[in-house]
Amino acid sequence: MWNYTNKVKDLYIHPKNVGSIPDADAVAEVGSIVCGDALKLYLKIDENRIITDAKFETFGCGSAIASSSALTELIIGKTVEEAEKITNQDIVSYLGGLPDEKMHCSVMGGEALTKALKIWRGETIEDEEDTEGEVICHCFGVTDPLIRKVIRENGLSTVEEITNYTKAGGGCGSCIPRIEDIIADELKKDSMSADAEPDKKPLTNIKRMQLVQETISTVIQPELQKDGGQIELIDVEGNKVFVALRGSCANCMLSDVTLKNLVEDRLREFVEDDIEVIEAK
Amino acid sequence: MDRLVYLDNNATTMVAPEVVEEMMPFLTTRYGNPSSIHSFGGEVGIDVEKARHRVAEFIGADNDYEIVFTGTGTESDNMALLGSLAYYRDKRHIITSRVEHPAILSLCKKLERDGYRITYVPVDREGILDMDYFMDAVDDDTAVVSIMYANNETGVINPVSEIGAFLRDRGIPFHVDAVQAAGKIPIDVNSIHCDLLTLSGHKFHGPKGIGVLYVRRGTRIRPVLIGGHQERGRRPGTENVPGIVGIGRAAELAGTHVDYYGTGVKKMRDMLEKGILEKFSNAHLNGSPGNRVPNTTNIGFDYIEGESILLYLNEKGIAASSGSACSSGSLEPSHVLRAMGVPFTSAHGSIRFSLSRFITEDDISYVLSVLPGVVERLLELSPYWDNINRTGKPVNI
Repeated sequence: MWNYTNKVKDLYIHPKNVGSIPDADAVAEVGSIVCGDALKLYLKIDENRIITDAKFETFGCGSAIASSSALTELIIGKTVEEAEKITNQDIVSYLGGLPDEKMHCSVMGGEALTKALKIWRGETIEDEEDTEGEVICHCFGVTDPLIRKVIRENGLSTVEEITNYTKAGGGCGSCIPRIEDIIADELKKDSMSADAEPDKKPLTNIKRMQLVQETISTVIQPELQKDGGQIELIDVEGNKVFVALRGSCANCMLSDVTLKNLVEDRLREFVEDDIEVIEAK
Repeated sequence: MDRLVYLDNNATTMVAPEVVEEMMPFLTTRYGNPSSIHSFGGEVGIDVEKARHRVAEFIGADNDYEIVFTGTGTESDNMALLGSLAYYRDKRHIITSRVEHPAILSLCKKLERDGYRITYVPVDREGILDMDYFMDAVDDDTAVVSIMYANNETGVINPVSEIGAFLRDRGIPFHVDAVQAAGKIPIDVNSIHCDLLTLSGHKFHGPKGIGVLYVRRGTRIRPVLIGGHQERGRRPGTENVPGIVGIGRAAELAGTHVDYYGTGVKKMRDMLEKGILEKFSNAHLNGSPGNRVPNTTNIGFDYIEGESILLYLNEKGIAASSGSACSSGSLEPSHVLRAMGVPFTSAHGSIRFSLSRFITEDDISYVLSVLPGVVERLLELSPYWDNINRTGKPVNI
């Protein structure tokens, strides 16, 4: 049994601001059902740049529900500029603390807020720091910039802490050496007091193909198989990914929708934001 | 909390009142050491041997001395493997399954790092062992085979008799982890043809801190702990007399109640399972429907997460468990469900209900009356369910 605070317990049983806002000014989704938690945040922002309403829908454990509720409670009534300053640490404080292993729930809240505000400003998500960059942890789709962000915001220094905050390294563990490299790199930067942004190089063709293949076989294929479907990777040209659907997927009237929603979303999440999926008949 | 409906009996069970009663003198007045020469201690040894006989009868062992008392089920599992390997030093291969308890699986992972070759036999979508794969894996280098009788998460029963007969013809030692089968289905070491078999007291209404390793007469095994002469030198350390007396009584009781598991407990399990599967379109059974111990059901709920289901049930006084990642802190869902190929989407929302003979039909009705509110509330919270309602199509992501 987790040692949840009374505030956490109260908020997972009686969360506030549950639901959707049909005419929301910004909607952001982070996490995924495969990873075990996901949050969809809806914001209503008025002409004075004040967040007048916030609602959420969460798939996840007790602390994920409580963190989502806390996030909406913290931002309602705040200006966009004030809300921007809110980090996962504020969510943790509001809840009176979270178990170490559950810190990633608060990070998910922070991510959703950052993403929603960027969407509201009309900034393209391609520039969004959390979803861009090289995927370090393939089990949970955690990128290099996100790991660096939580290191800086929470003063982390061990792989275990990174896992608690982002889940990275908590699956197969094969990325742990790379996480160690990132920690060493950030600590070095910190000691040099340099605040230069990490290099953001676009993926090379080979790397992109590898990532596409990996995502299809480890994430998408298992999902489709559940409904008796199969997917085959035909080709990758730049940001265009050609796939063929077999089994029950091929005859399904919804296959176009399935493709768009599922394959593209996954590839955009795990590979690159501008991936376009095309069905090869 | 006024009411407690305890449906987590695969985790641990209530110590039966008769067991407590029989243990009490050994926690109070009769504290002697069975190894002592004086009668105050020595007479306690008679009770230890009585318990040994009861356990032997419970599993159909031919001789009482084939029962070795240990500290826990985990210790028995470790002793079975490490003790066999210590004897067959030139053999470097072990066969087990992908769905074993960590007491076997984590040990095998460690042995693998130490240079042993391990075969992890896969299971199918219903959790049933791939027998062809198993038989192909056996070779001259195989030191020991360890397969669980029944799985702790799904309750699925393995074909241990078939495996035992196959291995006996080849002279390879066979260990059966029967921790989750004991008390739920009849166990007979001679029809299983096993050489080693593990039991744990607290899984069948005995106390915690007492395990059994059955060692068939003639089975080659070296001790793992080194010390005194107790348990014929196979497991040194002063006997846990209250625990031994307790597991003896618990074994005797379990023997008399095992038929009720096949009838009454099974009926209630089926009532619960049927009630849930009929009620919720997003629920489905994990594990072979027919080939299970009668007290266990493992149900996956799509679009909602296991830990939150447990926390909501807990508020209503219902204790169950989950194979979800979040409830264990491991970040990945249960290795058993993943080995079965259960999609992550529903593995995260899997709930295990495990009954005991102390559960009533009224308890089950109560759970069935509470569950809809819990599931509907969590679906309301879920972004995936919302998406389905809006688009009118089932989406898995």
